[in-house]
Amino acid sequence: MELTKEEEEMFVGEKGDGVQKAMEIVVALGKIYNAEKLVMVNSVQVSGVSYKNLGDAGIEFLEEWARKGGRVSVRTTLNPAGMDLENWKRLGFKEDFAQKQLKVIDAFKKMGITPICSCTPYLIGNLPKFGEHIAWGESSAVAFANSVIGARSNREGGPSALAAAIIGRTACYGFHLNENRKADFVFNVNCEVKDFSDFGALGNIIGRTVKNKVPYIIGIKNYNQDDLKVLGASMAASGAVALFHIENITPEARTKNMIKDSAEKIKIDSLDDGYNSLNSNVNEIDFVSIGCPHASVDELKRIAELVKDKKLKAELWVTTSKYTSEKAKDYVKIIEQSGGKVLNDTCLVVAPVEDFGFKNLATNSGKAAFYAPSYSKLNVRFGSLEKCINAAIRGRWE
Amino acid sequence: MKLEGRIIKFGNVEGEAIVSTEPIGFLGGVDPETGVIIEKGHPLEGKSIKGKILVFPTGKGSTVGSYILYKMKRKNTAPIGIINEDCEPITAVGVIISDIPCVDKIEINKIKNGDRIIIRGEKVVVE
Repeated sequence: MELTKEEEEMFVGEKGDGVQKAMEIVVALGKIYNAEKLVMVNSVQVSGVSYKNLGDAGIEFLEEWARKGGRVSVRTTLNPAGMDLENWKRLGFKEDFAQKQLKVIDAFKKMGITPICSCTPYLIGNLPKFGEHIAWGESSAVAFANSVIGARSNREGGPSALAAAIIGRTACYGFHLNENRKADFVFNVNCEVKDFSDFGALGNIIGRTVKNKVPYIIGIKNYNQDDLKVLGASMAASGAVALFHIENITPEARTKNMIKDSAEKIKIDSLDDGYNSLNSNVNEIDFVSIGCPHASVDELKRIAELVKDKKLKAELWVTTSKYTSEKAKDYVKIIEQSGGKVLNDTCLVVAPVEDFGFKNLATNSGKAAFYAPSYSKLNVRFGSLEKCINAAIRGRWE
Repeated sequence: MKLEGRIIKFGNVEGEAIVSTEPIGFLGGVDPETGVIIEKGHPLEGKSIKGKILVFPTGKGSTVGSYILYKMKRKNTAPIGIINEDCEPITAVGVIISDIPCVDKIEINKIKNGDRIIIRGEKVVVE
């Protein structure tokens, strides 16, 4: 791999230990994937923020890197933490978990990162441009950035994203290169896909089929930005999809042929397979979670409309970024008046949900429904937002 | 015997080989408190990799495995060097953040359990 003179200096430690460590990580990954060079990046999303995933070893690692002078040099945002960073006590998070989580955040702060924690960085000011090289962790955000924005990112791990943020570079391989962005599969969708949960079910089916390859989807007519957000999230959970194209919708598919000659063609006539694989048969619901990926202002508005003047029987968590909930203060108030909770900075997948004693979850997210049984030991009902809010009001799935 | 591979993490180290014919996943596959392989049915199940030069084809499993290697290094239960056929990102990130010398692109079937190994950068001497 070719390094510039400045990159060589970083690699041999002339810019300090923290920079050297970062350069070593990026160069090693470049070697493994046969990168010929590094590319500059101006946007990084760091995953591996929740103490639930990092553990004590992760804290020590981050603190050591900060001590060695690791400082980010480009726009960097963080993935959700394991709790609401301000309101954790009121929301019932345990003291010992909270103290550990705050140590993680402190280490990131020392590295120069403003702790805005969200899986939707593109909604809170970290919005790359079409064609821009970026280094993002968080599988759902990578799928959105590559596909809906047309930026270029591999699925970075926590340390490799942080390394890229410190040196402002990532290794040029995988989805940074034109030749790897064409679709390996073409899906002809012949059934109606309209609700947010429909997009999650479709994503679940496609992800399981293509694994880490690139799908091209034909037959999507009505959609909004939130639908594309959950489509990618669900594909990235059931598979390892980092990039998808939708005919006439996503930017690369609109401008050129993004299908490989060898692409396999598959028909989808029903979403039942997706719904069935994400649903268990429980009917009593004690927990409802909305906001995976983090809810937008528009989603908070729809939830507020559904719970207005109602009293909830089941616990309702709406997870979003602090930025979004501040923009949607009036909706947050209505949700809280119904007994629902709006949690900033965290989400179902990375919070220590098992500490709260919930049993049966209802969610409209194809990603949350995929992970909840294994990560949080919950039985899951998966369906539309209306069904989920109805379950929150009545304590039953109907 | 002298072998030559590719540096993943530069370093010089000498020690005894412990060889796995199967991939290793550090999260759930190794007990970081003791350095003993705990994956059920793994060829090295019950064996300690602490203080050894660990030889295996490639890594597998969760990316949290990088932090497990780091934890082992801090607790003195980590291998002192790693030799792979093909290194993958979990092991690569793990050895770099833990300062464990690592070489890949080595024909690992030429190394046997108990061999004395010297790693010098990209060079591996088997005695």
